[in-house]
Amino acid sequence: MSTTEKALEGTGRFLDDRLHGASGLNRFLRKIFPDHWSFLLGEIALYTFIILLLTGTFLTLFFQPSMTEVTYHGVYTPLDGVRMSEAYSSTLNISFDVRGGLLMRQIHHWAALLFIGAIMVHMLRVFFTGAYRKPREFNWLIGIIIFSIAIFEGLFGYSLPDDLLSGTGLKITQGVLESFPIVGTYLSFFLFGGQFPGHDIIPRLYVIHVLIIPAVLLALIAAHVFLTFHLKHTQFPGKGRTNANVVGAPMYPYFMAKTGAFFFFIFAVLALLSTFAQINPIWLFGPYNPSAITAGSQPDFYMGALEGALRMMPNWVWNVAGHTFAFNEFIPALLPLGIIFGGGAMWPFIEQWVTGDRGEHHILDRPRNAPTRTGIGVAAVVFYGVIWLEGANDVIANHLDISLFLTTWIARITVIVGPIIAYWVTKRVCLGLQRKDAHLLEHGIETGIIRQLPNGAYVEATRPVSENDEAVLISRTGLPPLPAPAADEEVPAKSMRGGMGRMRLALNRVVTEGIAAPTGNGHGEEHANGHGEPAAISGQGDQGRDGQDSGSSS
Amino acid sequence: MSDMTEGPRDLPQGSDGEQDEGSRAPHRVIGTPPPAEARTLLASEQEPPQRPRIIVPTGPAAKRGERLVATFFLLSGLASIGFVASYVTLRPGSLVDTLRSNLTLGIAMSVAFGAIAIGAVLWLHLLMPKVEIPEDRHSIASSPAERAEFADTFAEGAERSGFVKRPLVRRSLLGASVLLGVAPLVVLRDLGPLPETKLRHTAWARGRRLLVLGPNTPIRPADFSSPGQMITVAPEGFEDNQDAMAKAATIIIKFRPGQLKPPTVMNWAVDNIVAYSKICTHVGCPVALYEQTTHRILCPCHQSTFDAARGAKVVFGPAPRALPQLPLGVDSEGFLISTNDYHVPVGPSFWELGGSGFSGGNEQS
Ligand code: HEM
Ligand code: FES
Repeated sequence: MSTTEKALEGTGRFLDDRLHGASGLNRFLRKIFPDHWSFLLGEIALYTFIILLLTGTFLTLFFQPSMTEVTYHGVYTPLDGVRMSEAYSSTLNISFDVRGGLLMRQIHHWAALLFIGAIMVHMLRVFFTGAYRKPREFNWLIGIIIFSIAIFEGLFGYSLPDDLLSGTGLKITQGVLESFPIVGTYLSFFLFGGQFPGHDIIPRLYVIHVLIIPAVLLALIAAHVFLTFHLKHTQFPGKGRTNANVVGAPMYPYFMAKTGAFFFFIFAVLALLSTFAQINPIWLFGPYNPSAITAGSQPDFYMGALEGALRMMPNWVWNVAGHTFAFNEFIPALLPLGIIFGGGAMWPFIEQWVTGDRGEHHILDRPRNAPTRTGIGVAAVVFYGVIWLEGANDVIANHLDISLFLTTWIARITVIVGPIIAYWVTKRVCLGLQRKDAHLLEHGIETGIIRQLPNGAYVEATRPVSENDEAVLISRTGLPPLPAPAADEEVPAKSMRGGMGRMRLALNRVVTEGIAAPTGNGHGEEHANGHGEPAAISGQGDQGRDGQDSGSSS
Repeated sequence: MSDMTEGPRDLPQGSDGEQDEGSRAPHRVIGTPPPAEARTLLASEQEPPQRPRIIVPTGPAAKRGERLVATFFLLSGLASIGFVASYVTLRPGSLVDTLRSNLTLGIAMSVAFGAIAIGAVLWLHLLMPKVEIPEDRHSIASSPAERAEFADTFAEGAERSGFVKRPLVRRSLLGASVLLGVAPLVVLRDLGPLPETKLRHTAWARGRRLLVLGPNTPIRPADFSSPGQMITVAPEGFEDNQDAMAKAATIIIKFRPGQLKPPTVMNWAVDNIVAYSKICTHVGCPVALYEQTTHRILCPCHQSTFDAARGAKVVFGPAPRALPQLPLGVDSEGFLISTNDYHVPVGPSFWELGGSGFSGGNEQS
């Protein structure tokens, strides 16, 4: 202790005299972080991004973003004497001549996959637990923007090596772009500096990939992390946890140690993958050539949905007055992801409007306790999943030994029917789980011990659930339905009038559908909860201070 | 800041088995405070800051933990040295060398990172006391007083600047800003040429020979005698021009007499050899697969399927129109040539394509 304080004396004073950092840093170090495995998902995304910056910067030192043709004479002899772009030949050099280059390329690529995968799962966690609710709507929107930009970043990076696979991906991108009504051909000519492929696209994608998008991502991610700090983390329900507090371990040293270890762990996993699992072996595909293609190749997984949508769409076009609406191209490019991103962006506000719930929420919902939201979320996952699977319909057709056309027809039907069924089933499952919870709370846990009562009847002995479980079970309060305007009421509230009002009421009935809120098994006190207007933070309130981990371990 | 005074409340007594030391032990000033630091002295004379006593794990188990943690950190250090050693000793030079270098560098790197991660987690679990502390949340919204103050400040500034009272200044500035924002967009004009009719033409023209791609040799109908084969050809002189080939890539297929049916344009075929654009009319992949028993051309990208015996019309998939047919002829030396460019644009649909693009010679029906 004395040495720690001494260390602070000199440097600390020097810095604080100039920066006035002590008070702010003190709060920062004491900041409390709640713990749950699912809170790590966002961290995976953050750390893979940092790893992408590090490895990507290494790659820029050797990569040549140029479409000038060269003849290859390098370590990889099977391509000796082949004419190719400088971009492709420099990627071969990174892979074979630069020591550690292959490792860096593979880490970069694996990290890109993990980055986008982690974002997806993180978003699902946030959605299903209702973490996007007030006051965190901005962070939800920032997250959606990050997700959509990240997909482009990945696509552009994948295009840089100019191999046969990435060139085919670029051709598809260009074909779709060209189909957009009115502006399509102009966009394509301006982006490619003329007709496909031209000589400009790789240098242009390069500057977008290594400068523009990373800068935007960095700013957005910084804002995202800052807001998470500023608004403090949400927490799952539990004993002593209320809407007015946050229970966990302080930043320093606990969270720092944990998250630091986690960063190193992710780096280690990526290094391990890149050592043993080959990814994007561009030397096997050969350089890009517009009249060649490799069959059966798959794009990176995050492009699967776009690919699937293109495969699934019927070949509808519409010719009017000498112009072509290529629905078969721009609809699959825009609609499915438009529904996911647009719907996702609007959802928090739709939910607020339908439920009338404008309170702050810092306690997470268990998915079962918001059956409609959970149902919609699962429906969205099924919708996306079907389209994504259709992106690999040739592989599926091969494995199941059915025709390609059949898989496409199955996909066309399930993409509409699947989400509806998924919604319905999920909602029923949630309500069933709620019923089970209510039963637990009311009757306690069945012990399996049968007793005979004096009057001869047999009963099974039960014991009450633990205090922590009770706090979890009781966290479901059920949203109060909006009051219907009474028939004799002369002027219903403005928000309840007209067609919109009726729709709101109908939707509200769907959202608030659920079983009666639990009451507790006798010894439960009133807990502050996560719902309703009066959720205002009231300071001390009811800080259950019992039940913490006591004592120290050794 | 208010949080300074909240400190003690954030760490209430007993919550983690820690006791308040401040009440028993007086605050100690470590070392000799420099005389100039009157503030420090003053502060220490006032209320001694209270800090809970931290009980860290001790005893043999903790000692073992300490050694374990240090072992992992040392292991990481060794792996870093191994990384450097591998970098220096293993030089690339062949495929095998590269893979060997990748293997050793990768393993060393994984261990260097992984061991630190494991060490830190063990440190956390074996050597740090467990805590769970509640912290109050504060209302996100500012207090009404703060909001009112902000509104005042804002109104005051607006009044001083006359932004509201002087519409001429305001409007002229807004107008100028809009123009300033829009004007620089013109510099993007030179990103590329205008499309004009470029998408309507390819490198094919009257009298251009078909070169078999690869050997790049012209071909006579008699050389292409095996029915059921599909060959990719290029217009002579453009076989190495990627920009030209992106639109001009063409396939020729030989049929048995009588197999070709409408809407194939019969007099564009020579000796039952037909030529179709290789650029898929969906989004432009090269259509590369041919199933000779069914005469179907399949695009590997999204599986659009075309009937080669019937003007390459669409049988299935997202492509909306037939693959355009190239009019073929034979030159004086007997080599296959194109007698014209494609009559309709090749490749994916675009805004300016229009209905005529769907019926240029070989209609889809
Ligand atoms: C500032 C950050 C980044 C820099 C400087 C950077 C740089 C590069 C460079 C130079 C390449 C060259 C190609 C190669 O040799 O393989 C590349 C490829 C690539 N980049 Fe990035 N990148 C960055 C961030 C990202 C991010 C955020 C993603 C993903 C979302 C990403 C995904 C990719 C992919 C998939 C490739 C293809 C790699 C391969 O073919 O193996 N990059 N990047
Ligand atoms: S490009 Fe041929 S089917 Fe899509």
